[in-house]
Amino acid sequence: MTSSAQENFLENAIEAHQIVKRFDGELAVDGIDLKIKKGSIFGILGPNGAGKTTTLRMLLGIIDPDEGERFLLGSDDPISKAHQVGYLPEERGLYQSMKAFDAIAFMGALRGLPLAEGRKRGRQMMIDHGLGDAVDKQIRQLSKGMAQTVQLLGTIVHDPDLIILDEPFSGLDALNQGKLERLIRGQADKGVTVIFSTHVIAHAERLCEEIAIVANGKIPFTGKVSTARDRLRPQVHLETRNLDGPWRSAIPADCQPLGHNWHFTLPESGVEPLLRALVEGDAGIQSLSIERPGLHDAFVHIAGEAVAKKMEEDNAMEGEAA
Amino acid sequence: MIETIRAAFVIARRDFSAIIFSKSFFFFLLGPLFPLIIGIAAGGLGQQVRQDIDRPIIGVALEESQSEKLVSAHAALAKNLGNGSFPELLILTDVSPTSPDIKAKLDTASKPLTAIISGSLEAPLLTGSQQDVNRWKGRVALLSETAMSGSNPVAVKTDFVGATGSSKKRTQIATAQGGQIILILLTMILAGMVLSNLVEEKTNKIIEILAAAIPMDAIFLGKLFAMLGMALVGITVWSTLGFIGVSVISAGIPDLAAPAVGWPLFCVLMVLYFSMAYLLLGSLFLGIGAMATTVREVQTLSMPVTMGQLLVFFLAAFTVTKLGEPVEWFAVVFPFSSPFAMIARAAQMDNIWQHGVALIWQAMFTLIIIRFSVMLFRRNVMKSGNSARKKSLLKRLGDWNSA
Repeated sequence: MTSSAQENFLENAIEAHQIVKRFDGELAVDGIDLKIKKGSIFGILGPNGAGKTTTLRMLLGIIDPDEGERFLLGSDDPISKAHQVGYLPEERGLYQSMKAFDAIAFMGALRGLPLAEGRKRGRQMMIDHGLGDAVDKQIRQLSKGMAQTVQLLGTIVHDPDLIILDEPFSGLDALNQGKLERLIRGQADKGVTVIFSTHVIAHAERLCEEIAIVANGKIPFTGKVSTARDRLRPQVHLETRNLDGPWRSAIPADCQPLGHNWHFTLPESGVEPLLRALVEGDAGIQSLSIERPGLHDAFVHIAGEAVAKKMEEDNAMEGEAA
Repeated sequence: MIETIRAAFVIARRDFSAIIFSKSFFFFLLGPLFPLIIGIAAGGLGQQVRQDIDRPIIGVALEESQSEKLVSAHAALAKNLGNGSFPELLILTDVSPTSPDIKAKLDTASKPLTAIISGSLEAPLLTGSQQDVNRWKGRVALLSETAMSGSNPVAVKTDFVGATGSSKKRTQIATAQGGQIILILLTMILAGMVLSNLVEEKTNKIIEILAAAIPMDAIFLGKLFAMLGMALVGITVWSTLGFIGVSVISAGIPDLAAPAVGWPLFCVLMVLYFSMAYLLLGSLFLGIGAMATTVREVQTLSMPVTMGQLLVFFLAAFTVTKLGEPVEWFAVVFPFSSPFAMIARAAQMDNIWQHGVALIWQAMFTLIIIRFSVMLFRRNVMKSGNSARKKSLLKRLGDWNSA
């Protein structure tokens, strides 16, 4: 291993180079490259069927890529690092006859935490998260939200260095989504790397420093959220008293007013020349706002209208199901 | 390797305690009671029917003095040859030895008669259907002869030895067959349960948590050993109860002929070969069952799996008396029949080293099957998306062949 590669492994929790996965000859993941820094909150954005879960499963070593290589905490055998990893799969599942605190301990034991210690921590974590009354109840006696929380606690009971959550907000009500966001931030504050997949852009926008956009098995963008947003020019919302004048040359020629309101993309020359032209050209500014594009706009721009529409449909379906 | 064993232990401990401390385990322990009750009931009924068929009544239409001699001869012979060896006799006082109505009496007697002896002891006439007459005429001749001579059969003095070469060989074969039957019965009853062992994890969607946390081999190994542990608990309970039952009923332990390796080692080998048979078949069933996504698929698989087990048993049973012949060597080497063939060898051959080799070979093959099953499972089951879930078991197995 070269010294730069070693440095990468010290810096990155996950690295993937051109990983490919086919199912029945069909490409599920098509040559993905990924680098996720240690200690960051990283979001993987994309609609259902885009290849998010398959990518996560390959990164975790549940399945092997057909081509390419991946490293998890510096190892190309991810299962060997399982003690340092917590994973919450999209399809939640627990043994129904197990007591709640035992389920947490069992998940810890799978990842090397002694059972007695896991039971102790499991009880305490449940009390800390307001589930003290449910500690000794069987999983089948818990509500869906409580069972999801138990599983989440089981994911972190062994104090992992890396937490991977597949669609963690799916199926949670607003209150529990808020709790989960706080938990993710709390783990990141402790220096834990948190990676989660989602098809809800708002979660990624609120939580993540960096994201990867997944569409049709590829990653058309990976990087900082701000970088994704900077792919689009800011949008100008202007209300003028006058509809014509010398100032008119400062805004795009194809921009048509709606009454006295103008909406257009900020010209490449920037804010200052625009403002000068509007003032000096006597536009009669009634109101002016310059908005930086949101992640949703950036997503549409990067992934395309069709993918964005698919993701909105997924959100709508999940909303109906909930 | 150590991590795999540790993880397998975590899985085994969870599964074992989940089974042992469940209410259904009590019914599992009661399981063998049902075939036992049915067996006893069916056996009792069968015996009654057999007695009715095998102990026909023969009417005696002789002079009174000759009839008495015949009855005495019957008693004397039955004492030595067993009561079941002769038909029951019914003295017909209202029929003359030379009566022409003998045939009619067959249907009008107070009890249903198989045949009637008439005439005299010197020249008995046996009247009945051809089949019955042919069956009983020899014994009627013996009865008449004994009745005429008036002497009791000569008393034979007896002197017992432990075992002759012939009886030793015979009893060792019986021990081999008994050992095989016990092994196959236990394996058939218990190993089939492994088929559905991963369905719970798949139904409850826990499989992905396990697969992400520990090596897949550890999941399979842990599940297999948990089920083996449960089976051994069951066998311990059943054999203890059986031992107590036999001791009480027969007022002591029956004096059975020792197998070639001796009883203590034979018992140890029984446990070891049961474990290997269980692990071998269990790992195969676990692998097949892991491909199934629903309980219905598992149930569909049960029949061919049971048939497969029977074929293996027939192979091993066929070779019990063919030690050293190619077919017996095949049964010894073929992994699935190997434990059954080897227990037959333990009953008949006293060299011990071969069992060490066989156990290592069987253990190796168990690991090979587990590896193979894990490969299949990872290749065909751990996929995301609907298409993977909807595929049938045969298609999933077929995918591997085409890969």
